[in-house]
Amino acid sequence: MRHPWVERYAPLATTVLVLIAIWYIAAIAMNLSLVRDAFEREETAYTLTDLISGTLSAERPLLPAPHQVAAAVYDSVFGYPPLAPRSLVYHSLVTLTATLLGFVLGALLGIVLALMIVHSRVLERSLMPWIICSQMVPILALAPIFIVVLGALGLHGLLPKSIISAYLCFFPIAIGMVKGFTSSEPQQIELMRTWSATSRQMLWKLRWPSAVPYLFASLKVAITISLIGAIVAELPTGAEAGIGARLLAGSYYGQTIQIWAALVASAVLASGLIGIVGLVERGVARRMGAH
Amino acid sequence: MASSKPSPLALKEPEAERRPGDNEAIASLVNSVADTAAPDMIASEPPSSKRLVVDAQNISLTFDTADGRVDALSNVSLQIVEGEFVSFIGPSGCGKTTMLRVIADLQRPSAGALLVNGMSAENARLARSYGYVFQAPALFPWRTIEKNLKLPLEIMGFSEIDQQQRVERYLSLVNLTGFERKFPWQLSGGMQQRVSIARALSFDPALLLMDEPFGALDEIVRDHLNEQLLQLWKSTEKTVLFVTHSIPEAVFLSTKVVVMSPRPGRIIDIIDCDFPRDRSLEIRETPEFLRIAQRVRVGLRAGHSYDE
Repeated sequence: MRHPWVERYAPLATTVLVLIAIWYIAAIAMNLSLVRDAFEREETAYTLTDLISGTLSAERPLLPAPHQVAAAVYDSVFGYPPLAPRSLVYHSLVTLTATLLGFVLGALLGIVLALMIVHSRVLERSLMPWIICSQMVPILALAPIFIVVLGALGLHGLLPKSIISAYLCFFPIAIGMVKGFTSSEPQQIELMRTWSATSRQMLWKLRWPSAVPYLFASLKVAITISLIGAIVAELPTGAEAGIGARLLAGSYYGQTIQIWAALVASAVLASGLIGIVGLVERGVARRMGAH
Repeated sequence: MASSKPSPLALKEPEAERRPGDNEAIASLVNSVADTAAPDMIASEPPSSKRLVVDAQNISLTFDTADGRVDALSNVSLQIVEGEFVSFIGPSGCGKTTMLRVIADLQRPSAGALLVNGMSAENARLARSYGYVFQAPALFPWRTIEKNLKLPLEIMGFSEIDQQQRVERYLSLVNLTGFERKFPWQLSGGMQQRVSIARALSFDPALLLMDEPFGALDEIVRDHLNEQLLQLWKSTEKTVLFVTHSIPEAVFLSTKVVVMSPRPGRIIDIIDCDFPRDRSLEIRETPEFLRIAQRVRVGLRAGHSYDE
């Protein structure tokens, strides 16, 4: 028998190792001409080893090697006090705040819209096309308009970012909850009728609990979308702070390593957020008798 | 079969048929039910006054389906007296489930007059006059057994103490004491169905409507539950309307067997069974039992139930 840890983690570890290997090969291939040009410009002699080590330690590589990204992440997380403007922790916290506020706003909006749609066919016909249209416009085009309009109304900083984030993440929640609120079994609905339950009792004692699994499925989608929304919203705000600002500044100055470090930060943030939603889901499911 | 037809009343706007002014009326109905629901009040009624619990005159119900009109019920007339145990038997599509749903106001008849517990079917439903048991237990999976039993009581506004007492009383009535904190999936199918029967009885309705409650269970469990149901009926003195596919089950349980036939759904025969209330499974071997079962079978054959 193999050790259970091997059983559990070996496939994942293998995939990671293979990906890292591919990444290194790609980094060498992509940065090769860059390094070769540099050597030739300086008219110094170089060996293949020099060339390869050059591709893996370039200051502004086309594709930074994994260890460069790891070093940059480590440095920008532990190299500065957490609230210094050069700290990745600081920028992550800025983005996280906008994400969470946007997520809460979007979740509330999505649930309210779903309730309205479920309760009235007229509202369903009038709201549904708008809800779907709202998601067809590219957010990259909309975000600057939001920022400008909200700025003219005197809203700056956190709130406009959160609103853009909410604008993106309400959608999966609205759609998921419409499905969830109508997912009760017909016999359960009829039983409620035989007890002549009011609409409110119908909602709280039947529709809402039936919708809980759908709620968590859509919350998991929504929270990553709201993170993306927050990052996109940081791009047109002048790149003051946040993961989006780091991405933008990095691309202005060709700091590819900084871009990748910011990407790592957003990936860590996203998986952490999904993990938290998953934990809450498990806790709720246990209380609701899941087996 | 009829029960699988989509109810036009499901999902959207479940309370749509209520008119705005009805709320006070409903409230007063509910209050009056809560009053009469007290066991001592029921006992105070003189047992001799046998009133009609169901009075149906020429009930018809047609569905418009993709394949044309279906006469689910055609001129069905039926009187059921308080305290009776009435079985509806017949092949699929004979309207027995539809009849039960019409009495429960889950479906509206196209024509005919119907009084349930002395009022219109809708008012009887709003007054919580009956408990309904489906073929599936239809328990709420996120609620424990105890909370499942409390659901109708919560909805009807019973006090916390009363709810707890009723849970204890009705769980012991269906021999499930000790399962309060279990979730439905931890119980067998037969036990779940007993919970759903306890739930239907928990608010002391005058009528118990059961739509093939044991249809999904194996015969051994079924025999057992039949005996338990008889005891329940004896101890609670409810009026029971019971839809079934099984001739022995119908004859064993009932004071009256209603034989129905399809296309159009109608009543072929109504047979009285005069066994004592205190009957055991052994009566199924008596000549009297076999004679009644034979008459049911003849009725079914006369209604062309065996044609296909």
